[in-house]
Amino acid sequence: MRGTFSTLGKFLSASAVAAGLGLATPALAQEETIKVGVLHSLSGTMAISETTLKDTMLFLIEEQNKKGGLLGKKLEAVVVDPASDWPLFAEKARELIAVDKVSAVFGCWTSVSRKSVLPVFEELNSVLFYPVQYEGEESQRNVFYTGAAPNQQAIPAVDYLMNEEGVERWVLAGTDYVYPQTTNKILQAYLESKGVAKEDIMINYTPFGHSDWQTIVTDIKNFGSAGKKTAVVSTINGDANVPFYKELGNQGIKAEDIPVVAFSVGEEELAGLDTAPLVGHLTAWNYFQSVDTPENAAFIDAWRAFTKNDKRVTNDPMEAHVIGFNMWVKAVEKAGTTDPDAVIDSIIGVSVPNLTGGFSSMMPNHHITKPVLIGEIQADGQMETVWETSGLVVGDEWSDYLPDSKDLIADWRAPLSCGNFNVATGKCGGKGIN
Amino acid sequence: MTESAPRCPPLSCRTSPPQGGRSAASTLLLSWQRWRLAKVGRPAQSPPKWGRWPAGQRGARQSAVFAFLFLSLLGVFASPAHADEAALRPIIAKFAAAKNFKATEAVVQELAATGDPAVERPLAALAEGDLYFRKSDSAVFIGREARQAIKLADPLTGEEAGEEPKAAFTKIKVNNALRRSIRDALGGLTLGSPDANARIAAADTMFKTPVAANIEALDAAIAKETVGSVKLKLEQARASSVLVSDLPEDEKLAAIDIIAGVGSRDALSLLTGYEAGAEGALKDAASAAVASMNSTLALWASAQNVWYGLSLGSVLLLAAIGLAITFGVMGVINMAHGEMVMLGAYTTFVVQNIIRTSFPGLFDWSLAIALPLAFLVAGAVGLAIERGIIRFLYGRPLETLLATWGVSLILQQAVRSIFGPTNREVGNPSWMSGAFDMGELSVTWNRLWILAFSLAVFFLLLFVMKRTSWGLQMRAVTANRRMASSMGIRTPWVDALTFALGSGIAGIAGVALSQIDNVSPNLGQGYIIDSFMVVVFGGVGNLWGTLVGAFSLGVLNKFLEPYAGAVLGKILVLVLIILFIQKRPRGLFALKGRAVEA
Repeated sequence: MRGTFSTLGKFLSASAVAAGLGLATPALAQEETIKVGVLHSLSGTMAISETTLKDTMLFLIEEQNKKGGLLGKKLEAVVVDPASDWPLFAEKARELIAVDKVSAVFGCWTSVSRKSVLPVFEELNSVLFYPVQYEGEESQRNVFYTGAAPNQQAIPAVDYLMNEEGVERWVLAGTDYVYPQTTNKILQAYLESKGVAKEDIMINYTPFGHSDWQTIVTDIKNFGSAGKKTAVVSTINGDANVPFYKELGNQGIKAEDIPVVAFSVGEEELAGLDTAPLVGHLTAWNYFQSVDTPENAAFIDAWRAFTKNDKRVTNDPMEAHVIGFNMWVKAVEKAGTTDPDAVIDSIIGVSVPNLTGGFSSMMPNHHITKPVLIGEIQADGQMETVWETSGLVVGDEWSDYLPDSKDLIADWRAPLSCGNFNVATGKCGGKGIN
Repeated sequence: MTESAPRCPPLSCRTSPPQGGRSAASTLLLSWQRWRLAKVGRPAQSPPKWGRWPAGQRGARQSAVFAFLFLSLLGVFASPAHADEAALRPIIAKFAAAKNFKATEAVVQELAATGDPAVERPLAALAEGDLYFRKSDSAVFIGREARQAIKLADPLTGEEAGEEPKAAFTKIKVNNALRRSIRDALGGLTLGSPDANARIAAADTMFKTPVAANIEALDAAIAKETVGSVKLKLEQARASSVLVSDLPEDEKLAAIDIIAGVGSRDALSLLTGYEAGAEGALKDAASAAVASMNSTLALWASAQNVWYGLSLGSVLLLAAIGLAITFGVMGVINMAHGEMVMLGAYTTFVVQNIIRTSFPGLFDWSLAIALPLAFLVAGAVGLAIERGIIRFLYGRPLETLLATWGVSLILQQAVRSIFGPTNREVGNPSWMSGAFDMGELSVTWNRLWILAFSLAVFFLLLFVMKRTSWGLQMRAVTANRRMASSMGIRTPWVDALTFALGSGIAGIAGVALSQIDNVSPNLGQGYIIDSFMVVVFGGVGNLWGTLVGAFSLGVLNKFLEPYAGAVLGKILVLVLIILFIQKRPRGLFALKGRAVEA
């Protein structure tokens, strides 16, 4: 650890270079704060999920400031509202980086919002921490993916159903957009590689916010009456889940007969639902509120005290932000500066405790290591872990099960420094299915 | 008030009498116990038929009554149960040592193998996730969580064993596979139950998961059975077990006939599974049965589609009917219509919240209470919008559109700020939960009630429009404003009330929609386009057009969906409507007359 003065000086010069304008006198640096951008929708359709993440960031920043801030300075959150409007995400990202001069941005939920801000982060060279499980097939120098890649969520879930529940027939149901489509492509390729016949896989897509599930639930019921154990793998997103589960419950589909494993249903989503008919249906995540560790208990207590609501639930993307934020803090401390280039180099290999009792590390492909948990929905809206991977799983950005991407790897360490290196041709610049 | 009756899963509520029926005394006691159950407050949330009792419903007095009842019942049947207790306890104690699901399942099998009806209670508790063991001495208990503490009961007798802190106990985990094997085990045990419904449930379980070893028990049960409907179920269960046994071919052929006669999806599933592994005459018989069942089920499937279409139509009708007034009759392009629906849904949420905290007994009435309130809330907001904004914009449709759209955003964000952006839970009252079967048609109660409700609202509105003087004035103002005004009708007042009526109706639609959709600030957005579609398609200004439009769009959508998928189906419907509007710009039922031309 260097002296505060030299650290400050280094930070100042670095940020001056990065921002392209000289900062004022050292006297001003006394009140200087490190700004952290929060880019989550607070209005529009995605507000339902993203508002909680904004609160999580405010909570984490407050906690860090209580510990004395970072590099001797206080952290300051800059919150903007991209209003669930994808092009607006890019504008707000530009505003955060160019006008507010934030050191890092934590944000985005949907894949389309992430795709829309990517060019901005590349152009202005800043850092984005993305906390949500996503479809993979991407690794970008300026982005750190703290949510699960498909091999950290979807594939272990399918393995569980195949091995523990003896499922032979599969319904892949999803909302009609990029995450479910890509995930289902990977799953289909994976299932076929495991010897599942084509006619034993049914793929079904529905529009965003679909509310009339009668026909589809009946289809699932019919598909399941072919004398083989059937399960539903659901990538149904957001609001559409509530009427879907209500219809399942009303039509009497029991988890013992046709289990549904969901990748987008967490504690938040279940909070708006009477869960008694859903007991036994499954979810796959890297964190559950019910995980019984001291770290998690302390986190939940602090979070409830912060929100002044003793019923407030926690969920997986929140944990991803906790991990991402702590990694960023550690990387900045290690580099002694918030300069993006320095942080991008120093964060690889950084390891911080996660809330499930282990450590998560940042890998060279900008994905992190996580445990995978399969939980059953309980009557109180919580998940009970019924299975977990024995160790940590490394996020695999380019799926090994898609012919287009199986030869690609990402490694942002020098000298490779490439997000899509093709090991077959030995060249950087491969393309996955996106 | 979280103190409550000893944990008593439905299956173990039935004391298990010695085989051979029950005494008069037990019948009396049982029926009294049921009466208590029925009388002691309805559960606050939709109670699943076989589910758990919601916590915090019953008082300590009831628990005393229950404890007394149990003790007295135990007294009646004590001798046979006690004989085996000593043998069962060590097996139950093994649950504490089971480290994984496989080990737990082995204990379940061991318990079931004893054939003692007393194991019902611990097994049912395990299936419900209510079996715990104490960390210090590995003693197994049935537990019910009460905040930080846990209420304990003996796993075999159900006797209360005090209350201890939750941290000292570990829950014995269950998963689906375990639940299935418990269900199967309980099926065998409840075959001799005195309750006919329990016997039917047991037979159904055995039908779905056939095991050759069941045949003996089923034969005995069939011989004893006196109730015709139960006997039929038992014979069907036997037939499915025969299929997986090594009995001779003619027995199996007869079994295929019996299963084919059941005609349900489960039967089809059984036979399809069997057909794949069968040979010779059996395979032919199974294929023939599968083919004939498939054709019957295809017929049922189209009936099901019609029903789904009607049900979707009723939702569309509910959403559109308020708009048929504000847009259809008044001609205001009201983009804030969906938000009136949302306000109605949030009113339901608030009402249910108050009922849950203050008057839990009234829960089944929550929707009836919410209806008039939702009408008033949405109506009042509608009135304010009309008086505050729309009345300055009559005759300027584009500005009205923009202004009401702005209002809709304001309302959404206001609700988001007050209630938060997350979904709010609106429970289904017990009479709106679940489904019933009509042949192979499964009809869910909430959809049926919504269909009935939408028709009731429609005819009520029709009555108001056609048979009351207010309705007459409304129609007069719509037909010719200046003439109506010169006849002494206060047109501004009629405008305001008409808009309030349309908004109020949207509010009560929100009460119904809260039962099938998310209650979130975005609720209204999902319905606004559909509502306009229905009103335009049906014919602007015509209530009957809205009715016919809603149901035909619903049925059309549901017939397209199985072939085209949900996404393409919706697009196709939209394209069809556009083509239709090209042909008939005024919709299905066009209004004729001077007013329309003006």
